[in-house]
Amino acid sequence: MQLSEHRYNTVSSIAGPLLFVQGVMQARIGEVVRIQSPEGKVLDGEVLEINGDTVMLEVYGITQGLDIKGTSVVFTDSVKRAPLSRDMIGRVFNGAFKPIDGLPPLFPETWAPVTGYPINPSARARPVEFIETGVSVIDGLNTLVKGQKLPVFSCSGLPSKEVVAAILRNARIMGREASSQERDRIRQAGDFVVVFAALGLTFYEYAFYETVLREMRSGFVAFVNMADEPVMERLLTPRFALTAAEYLAFERGMDVLVIITDMTNYCDALREVSTAREELPGRRGYPGYMYSDLASLYERAGRIRQQKGSVTMLPVVTMPEDDITHPIPDLTGYITEGQIVLSRSLHQKGIFPPVDVLPSLSRLMQRGIGKGHTREDHRAVSNLLYKYYAKGRDLRRLEAIVGRDGMTDKDKQMLDFADSFEGEFVHQGGARRSVFETLDIGLDILKRFKLEE
Amino acid sequence: MTGRITGISGPTVSADAAGLKLYERVFVGHAMLTGEVVRIEKNRSVIQVYENTRGLAVSEPVEGTGTPLTVRLGPGILSGIFDGLQRPLQTLRDESGPFIKTAKALNPLDFSRQWAFHRLIKEGDTLHPGDIIGYVREGPFQHTILCPPHVQGKLSWVADKDIRLDSPVGALEDGTEIPGYHDWPVRVRRPFRKKRSPSERLVTGQRVIDFLFPIARGGTAIMPGGFGTGKTILDQSIAKFADVDIVVYVGCGERGNEIAELIEEFELLKDPWTNRTLMERTILCVNTSNMPVAAREASIYTAVSMAEYYRDMGLHVLMLADSISRWAEALREISSSLEELPGEEGYPTYLASRLSGFLERAGVVESGGGKAGSLSMILSVSPPGGDFTEPVTQSCLRTSGAFLMLDTALAHRRHFPAINWFQSFSLYGSELLEQEREMVPLEWEEARSRCKDILQKEEGLREVAEIVGVEGLQDPDRLLMHVAETIRLRFLSQNAYTEDAFSAPERTLSIIRGILDFYDEASKRLKEGIPLEELLTGKGLRGEGIER
Ligand SMILES: Nc1ncnc2c1ncn2[C@@H]1O[C@H](COP(=O)(O)OP(=O)(O)O)[C@@H](O)[C@H]1O
Ligand SMILES: [Mg+2]
Repeated sequence: MQLSEHRYNTVSSIAGPLLFVQGVMQARIGEVVRIQSPEGKVLDGEVLEINGDTVMLEVYGITQGLDIKGTSVVFTDSVKRAPLSRDMIGRVFNGAFKPIDGLPPLFPETWAPVTGYPINPSARARPVEFIETGVSVIDGLNTLVKGQKLPVFSCSGLPSKEVVAAILRNARIMGREASSQERDRIRQAGDFVVVFAALGLTFYEYAFYETVLREMRSGFVAFVNMADEPVMERLLTPRFALTAAEYLAFERGMDVLVIITDMTNYCDALREVSTAREELPGRRGYPGYMYSDLASLYERAGRIRQQKGSVTMLPVVTMPEDDITHPIPDLTGYITEGQIVLSRSLHQKGIFPPVDVLPSLSRLMQRGIGKGHTREDHRAVSNLLYKYYAKGRDLRRLEAIVGRDGMTDKDKQMLDFADSFEGEFVHQGGARRSVFETLDIGLDILKRFKLEE
Repeated sequence: MTGRITGISGPTVSADAAGLKLYERVFVGHAMLTGEVVRIEKNRSVIQVYENTRGLAVSEPVEGTGTPLTVRLGPGILSGIFDGLQRPLQTLRDESGPFIKTAKALNPLDFSRQWAFHRLIKEGDTLHPGDIIGYVREGPFQHTILCPPHVQGKLSWVADKDIRLDSPVGALEDGTEIPGYHDWPVRVRRPFRKKRSPSERLVTGQRVIDFLFPIARGGTAIMPGGFGTGKTILDQSIAKFADVDIVVYVGCGERGNEIAELIEEFELLKDPWTNRTLMERTILCVNTSNMPVAAREASIYTAVSMAEYYRDMGLHVLMLADSISRWAEALREISSSLEELPGEEGYPTYLASRLSGFLERAGVVESGGGKAGSLSMILSVSPPGGDFTEPVTQSCLRTSGAFLMLDTALAHRRHFPAINWFQSFSLYGSELLEQEREMVPLEWEEARSRCKDILQKEEGLREVAEIVGVEGLQDPDRLLMHVAETIRLRFLSQNAYTEDAFSAPERTLSIIRGILDFYDEASKRLKEGIPLEELLTGKGLRGEGIER
């Protein structure tokens, strides 16, 4: 791996997570460096920029305690790689891919660069295979398919982790024919695996997820960067997770569901590095390249023609100030294939999952539903539910102005429909629903109201 | 012409190479990454690298090629899928697997393929750059083989049967061989004899566009809209149904899965005008969001050069780019890594002039070979936060002929295409009117103004209804509201997943005529005292109602 290592003691300046070293002979962009502090602590880092013989490094770890005189830097002549093996399944690693579950280190079968490579667009297979999440608003109206990237847009204080947990517990990656025995068989055969990346989570949040992961029958691999762990590592953690996911999917033929939470912490880390680099800040201080950077993560979801395996991604984004036009949800929505938007007002009404279907969208739904995928009437049911609910929501505004009495009977019915839709279809508590149950509930509400125009 | 790398920052590399020219193509590092010289200083040249610079080291070699960044033009481009540097992606996939790992240069054209060649000149003729030597048949088209730039002289021989691109199609008396293809610098527009004003309509198959905001062949249109407003679906629908010979589709910094979907569909679906598969008339140029940023910047130039090449054969070409904002962002990333002084929102101050220079490559032209062809452009724009006051939308607005504003509120109501009928406009209306008058005397014009009028009135009435409730409106007003709703739901909306995805002009006109006839008839009955409810359910009407 390491062809020729060079050690330098020529640190010229340190600024936050950045370190400048002078007199370096042959640095490479992306080259891994090891930084030794005066007390002998060793940190990882990477070459970000080279100007003549001055090299700018990004340090993955806490730079506190480093100084100019006593710090040395080793250039390893290799780029950041992830050690990969099937034995990752069932293991918990930190953000730098070191085991934190007390079990012995991994024996890698192979290594791969953490940044991955773009899938050749002409080699992609178009995502069409239905994934049943057991959640009505998703399966019925915003269907998820294998190879899709579908984020959950949440607000602080909303139960995004409970929504993710519900999906984790109930997702059936196999289509409709799969009986529950079959599902168990698939899970036991290890063809379905969850890769979980925690970015900047509090211990409380992480403990919740860990319990969920342990209770699942399918395998999982977890990468954990907690709130008090180095911010820079947060930029690396999802890349390790996705490299592991790609390996399991495309080398081992598994269907991989990647959960990344919370992307907002990732973007804040990105902003921190950018500011330290004194780059020109873009909207709200986030760097101008944030779109491309986010795409380099999200676009790793997909399927490949004539090959088994898939990477499906469910990132969680907490919208700062509940604002969907904030750069983090905005750029995410521009890259992902839809979004599941949680709503504060539904949550206050006690509805779980509190998904607002109007701004929610699954762009790949059309190909994954209907005959041969879910049920023949799926498209019609979903279109009608959506249409009437949108109308009912519109009318609520009118009701607030003119009062219920000023409205036509038809409009009153539409209002009641919207309430039933929220209370019966969207709200399901902790129960799991098959897609058929979901469609039947939808049909039932539609029949009850007879809303033909 | 060779030197060494002295610095690397993102996609920008400095080198001590002397003697390089501005915009010269260079090979960077042992991996031979493609780059372009973007700045020359006394002791260093700054190079924009079109590939990922990870792993690149200082003191690796930099080598000039003596030529600018070019695109290879010749038979076999049609149906191709290329990246932003015109690398054939399918060949790349077949040779090196599903992931793009190498920066390998690949020939965009298949040199081993045989083409039946028909020559149009003979030995002894004098040849100038741009002259037609002959043609081959590429799909349904006569693909003219042109005399390459810089080649001039008396012909000593010319092929008269099958040709392959790896051998010449002819030679000059001085021994110069003439290849059947040529390389063209992407940033230079291809010359033409004369530019004409756009005067023919481009049928897109989308009623709201063809009827309310028509686009001309050779014209330009922009479609700005926040995420989820339907830009991509609209782009792809137009790519499927537009009444043109050739479509060049640029996937510029967007999703890989969308491209996979497009490829699969286009290999199956038929062009409604010719009944051939869509792929036979399509050229794809894709640089998805996770592919190198600088190549994304180049991709629109690569694509437009290919589009111009086919235009020069006298064909009608439509170029669609999804999205031009990603191109502008690439430009911004490059500019910022060059440490240029930023303009508005960090975009370089030359954003507007670059954009208008690019949009000017559209038009109706008479080529050097004497053929008249057109190049139309439809560009989607992705404004941050859906805010149209941002620089890219505003810069496009100044030079484009039609502005199709996609509205988030309409999209949330699933009214697609979510083109806002109050804010959008087309400057082509008046030029195209002449043509419309010939097609259907006055009818389009009249129907259009009535339709706009009804929608305008609905807006006013809606405000009143917010206060008094719909019940509080007069019957004629309620009838108008009903008609307006019908126009929105049955006419302006088109579901891309149904048969209705494409609407031929006759169908477009017949639907609106049906709705307006209903309105006239119902208004008359209302005056005669028939109750509104009966009219709305169709009971109180004679004759047929609205066509579905
Ligand atoms: N003409 C249409 N008919 C039906 N659905 C549409 C249409 N246009 C857009 N949509 C819906 O809107 C979603 C987003 O459209 P898309 O073109 O991907 O938006 P954008 O490119 O603006 O982000 C699609 O996945 C589809 O569900
Ligand atoms: Mg799009």
